[in-house]
Amino acid sequence: MNWLYIAWKNLGAKKLQTALSLILLAFGVGMVSLLMLSEKQLRDTFERNIQDIDLVLGAKGSPLQLILANVYHVDAPTGNIRLADAEKVIRHPYIAEGIPLAYGDNYRGFRIVGSTLAYPQHYDATLQSGEWWENPFEVVVGSKVAATDGLQVGDTFFSAHGLQDETDVHMDKTFVVVGIMEESRSVMDQLILCNIETIWQVHGDDGDVLDADREITAVLLKKRNPLAVLTIPNVIRETNMQVALPSIEINRLTQNFGIGMNTLRMIAGLIMLLSFASIFISVYDSLLARRYELALMRTMGASPRGLYISLLLEGGLLSLGGAILGLLLSRGGMVLLAQLVADKFRYDWESLGLLTAEGALVGLAIFVGLVAAAIPGISALRMDISRTLSDSP
Amino acid sequence: MIETSHLSFRYSADSPELTFPDLSCPNGEQMLLLGDSGCGKTTLLHLLCGILRPNQGKVLINGQDLGLLTGKSLDRFRGNHIGLVFQRSHFVQSLSVLENVTLPYFLTGQTADLDHAKSLLDTLGVGHKAKSRPQDLSVGEQQRASIARALVHRPAVLLADEPTSALDDRSTQAVLNLLEEQAAQAGATLIIVTHDQRLKDRYDRKVELKSLAILAS
Repeated sequence: MNWLYIAWKNLGAKKLQTALSLILLAFGVGMVSLLMLSEKQLRDTFERNIQDIDLVLGAKGSPLQLILANVYHVDAPTGNIRLADAEKVIRHPYIAEGIPLAYGDNYRGFRIVGSTLAYPQHYDATLQSGEWWENPFEVVVGSKVAATDGLQVGDTFFSAHGLQDETDVHMDKTFVVVGIMEESRSVMDQLILCNIETIWQVHGDDGDVLDADREITAVLLKKRNPLAVLTIPNVIRETNMQVALPSIEINRLTQNFGIGMNTLRMIAGLIMLLSFASIFISVYDSLLARRYELALMRTMGASPRGLYISLLLEGGLLSLGGAILGLLLSRGGMVLLAQLVADKFRYDWESLGLLTAEGALVGLAIFVGLVAAAIPGISALRMDISRTLSDSP
Repeated sequence: MIETSHLSFRYSADSPELTFPDLSCPNGEQMLLLGDSGCGKTTLLHLLCGILRPNQGKVLINGQDLGLLTGKSLDRFRGNHIGLVFQRSHFVQSLSVLENVTLPYFLTGQTADLDHAKSLLDTLGVGHKAKSRPQDLSVGEQQRASIARALVHRPAVLLADEPTSALDDRSTQAVLNLLEEQAAQAGATLIIVTHDQRLKDRYDRKVELKSLAILAS
């Protein structure tokens, strides 16, 4: 027998109250930890894909949309730009490198993006089998595309017009898979890559279109000189093009998210506060109902400190149990959320790593439980045994 | 050996002072403290086990002056040397009967002798309830379990507070026999505090608190 055993038994003797405290704390901790996890995943996903793309050049429209469409491939593009205009920007002395992108077709929801080999190289993508493309209609697919659609080197498929549905299939052009990329946990995983000529040919350009009239969707730019951010907008003023800064747009996006996150965080804090009250009441109730028991244990040799420890242990057990349940809950929530994200945006979220901040969260929960028990427990320290025994029923 | 000298107590500065006659009971003997309700029996009982501290006088148990002990050492001494049986039996409700009976071992820091605890429960006729919750026992069974708990760690003194007041004559005899037998077997000094006049002639060693305790202040 020890105080821990007695505290455990006491919690078991009041199952409803114990369950209520556990549920409240589990929800509080679970929500906070779910927020932490999803925020981290969101930030990681965003940052991994920006890498060092400084500017994105594309058609005028919403700059955020330009970023989402061309860096993350989760939104529709803002329109097309003329290749000739884009090349002027790429050749600008302040620009170190420009990766052109052209797309408009999909295969089973995965985008077929025409670019140069610089695009996969930028994300350090490597091949797990096959080779990089050389000719039109040769494609290299991302690991997630290959896994989802069971594509292997040598397989062929038709593309569908648009970026999502498969209603309008280009039956006359056959794509051949020549390579499959290793997983890079970047946007590469969910793309089908080919050269830009392929995209032009799918849409009826058999080489007879003048270079000046050719169009692409966007260019990912790396700057050579910091002034590029200020200069390039002037260079393209007279065109239908705009440049957007991924880091700024993503900051703006996460700030907007942040308002919702903050609301959720406040609700979670409120639930934590309720669980504090619940543990407080639970221990206080223990104390009232078991006053006589506590006095009895004093007559049998228990010191006030021993009784205080047993009450603290009740609070500690409740909060530890609640915190562990909460972490399990947030893992469950994260699995569901990752599923949702994978279905909707085709991004993979890892769901189960334990964050350092969550360690602090568990510590906070236990601290809350101990304090909630420590306050009513003080009256156990001060108890008048003689009076308590005399007042017994 | 339990003895007191010049004991007096008052609950607060303006309440009447309670004074008590000197008591003395050698080891293994039995003594009756008899008095009407309100004469300070419970106060005396609490003084004897060190739950209350006297204003004057002292309590000696096996030569140890309780007044010289404080805090944890007093708690420990009380736990080790005194077993208490109350008028109505109380238990730690979340623990089983056997766990309750072994509680004094844990609270006084002794290793639990489970076999002794079980055999004591058997002797007292509640061995079959060892695993039950205390609240599932009848009042009589609860009292017998509480006697087992008071004696399990072989204290020097067994203090019984009104053990018979709610019982009929036959049960009274049975409980007294049990207390005397068990105290004798454990080698404990038995002190019964009661207003139950039926016990008056059963004990040679007795102190009546009736008019002695209350002195107008």
